Amino acid sequence: MKILVCIKQVPDMESKFKIDGDGLWYERDELAWRMNEYDEYGVEQAVQLKEQTGGDLTVLSIGPERVKETMKKALAMGCDRGVHISDDLCHLRDSFEIGSMIAEFAKDKGFDMIFTGMQSQDRGSAQVGVIVAELLEMEGITTIVGFDYHQHRITVRRELEGGVKAVVEAPLPAVVTCQLGLNIPRYPTLPNIMKAKKKEMVTVDGDELNRVGSLQQPGAMSVPVKQGGGLYLDGQVEDIAERLLAIIKEKTSVLA
Amino acid sequence: MKTLLVAEYRQDTLQENYTELIAFAKRFGPEMAMFLVGNGSGELPRFQGPLYLAEASECGEYNPGLHKRLLQDVVKKQQPDMIVFCHSSYGWDLAPRLAVGLKAAQISEVVAEQDGKLTVPACNSKLSRTVEITDKPVVVTLQAGAFPLGSDPDGTPEIIAVSAEYTGNSRLTGYEAAERTGVDLTRSEVIVSAGRGIGKPENVPIIAELARALGGEYGASRPVVDSEWVEHNRQVGTTGLTVSPKLYVACGISGAVQHLAGMKKSEFVVAINTDRDAPIGEVADVFAVADLKQLVPVLTEKIQAR
Ligand SMILES: Cc1cc2nc3c(=O)[nH]c(=O)nc-3n(C[C@H](O)[C@H](O)[C@H](O)COP(=O)(O)OP(=O)(O)OC[C@H]3O[C@@H](n4cnc5c(N)ncnc54)[C@H](O)[C@@H]3O)c2cc1C
Ligand SMILES: Nc1ncnc2c1ncn2[C@@H]1O[C@H](COP(=O)(O)O)[C@@H](O)[C@H]1O
Repeated sequence: MKILVCIKQVPDMESKFKIDGDGLWYERDELAWRMNEYDEYGVEQAVQLKEQTGGDLTVLSIGPERVKETMKKALAMGCDRGVHISDDLCHLRDSFEIGSMIAEFAKDKGFDMIFTGMQSQDRGSAQVGVIVAELLEMEGITTIVGFDYHQHRITVRRELEGGVKAVVEAPLPAVVTCQLGLNIPRYPTLPNIMKAKKKEMVTVDGDELNRVGSLQQPGAMSVPVKQGGGLYLDGQVEDIAERLLAIIKEKTSVLA
Repeated sequence: MKTLLVAEYRQDTLQENYTELIAFAKRFGPEMAMFLVGNGSGELPRFQGPLYLAEASECGEYNPGLHKRLLQDVVKKQQPDMIVFCHSSYGWDLAPRLAVGLKAAQISEVVAEQDGKLTVPACNSKLSRTVEITDKPVVVTLQAGAFPLGSDPDGTPEIIAVSAEYTGNSRLTGYEAAERTGVDLTRSEVIVSAGRGIGKPENVPIIAELARALGGEYGASRPVVDSEWVEHNRQVGTTGLTVSPKLYVACGISGAVQHLAGMKKSEFVVAINTDRDAPIGEVADVFAVADLKQLVPVLTEKIQAR
């Protein structure tokens, strides 16, 4: 069983974001980086499948040098090797271009299972996994919150609106895009972090895998104008609590 | 601009969100057609124009390979400039397949349109991107609720039956209902919800305590439920409950669209968050910039001492 999991490095969403000089993306200096939340579920499920089947698991990430830091976490969680597709400009590429780079890498490797997140937290297009499936002509199932593997077939639960789930069966090879709550991602233990340091990390030049270019121009990034118009309370906790209580009494009937 | 709108059908029911597709498409002119894998003898979209209709009994409610093929044929006949989906479990699954098939760009989760330019969120709505449509056709998906129709849909579609041979290896074998047992939050007049900002499960009681002091129930955002700190029947949002209490207190919740969708009809919203820029500010009547671990117990005490 050959397994691939695709992860993206994204900024901590609690960061204070500024717009980059070219106006096309956010400023990337001085941000704290982490693994895209949805991809953590992908890595965990891939590791579980590897443990179940004794398979071989590769983690892939496209991005600048720093994404290797995030890949180390995936290695410490149990991936066997890392493939870093180096690309300093990946933030300007659309999902089709990113998806085709992944497909180009994967096309002659015979992966039985590919895991991606359902969406990235920064771009949030929810496209890359499906594009990879289409380009590789594999089954592709999105938004999974349940995964079972049995004799080269999978049974997954797709999450629908309102929390309803659709049960879908498919033969391998397949791509699944992972939704929050699919599993409980493990924390890398210290011994596994040490072991991960010795694991293989291959770097591939992104340009070599990029055959198609983008279909969509990046577009201007901006900070949306606040429309809320609510009242902001700052200061000492005592004061805030006092004022909040007064407001709740005045504006709602719940303490009447 | 000619648009093709992709309506949805699930568990034998036409989904109401097709009206949002119409509202969006109207901005680009009257020339629209619709596509639906549904039930010709059941409820149909109220809409004036051609409706390409395939039968779900033959083509499956979820069979993306086949639905893509049907759509590709319709695109050939109809020659739309833009194909519009809802950004829903059906739309985000099918749209990229069609886009790849057509070699068309896809713009996901559109929240606004101005002068033909489309705005999409980035970084949990803390940023937005405005993109231009350069090549046609283009595929777009719309954020749920971003384009309300504002009036009842009307019209009778002109039905054009389409079909295709059943193919595809993946198979929908059934549905599982969401678990809904125990407390019913939709009846509560006060809901105090815990978000990931509570940090650890040991902090759930301080949220529950405030809820009790206010005579209500406690709820949660999704990560708190996914981590199994709170049961699923208390989750608020698109994949949980839709609530509209008199008072909603969001503690350590950033305000992702999927959470907002479940609570923005609340009469009065209080947010408690350390990050002043958190998007929950868009719906909060009062935003307390504070650490919930400090503020919530003090607030609870003051309410109890009243
Ligand atoms: C298809 C789909 C469906 C979804 N359905 C739902 C749904 O039904 N319900 C739902 O909630 N989400 C849903 N989500 C997930 C949603 O996108 C967000 O990931 C989620 O709502 C974030 O939860 P949160 O605000 O608790 O956590 P975060 O986004 O991590 O926010 C935590 C917040 O806590 C604040 N904070 C941190 N420490 C403190 C402190 N000490 N005191 C005060 N504040 C603090 C931070 O500033 C931050 O704003 C869905 C996502 C998808 C893709
Ligand atoms: N730069 C990248 N490197 C590796 N995987 C990626 C990258 N960008 C996106 N992905 C994968 O595609 C998924 C969906 O991303 P998106 O289509 O951008 O919302 C992510 O959860 C990742 O698994």
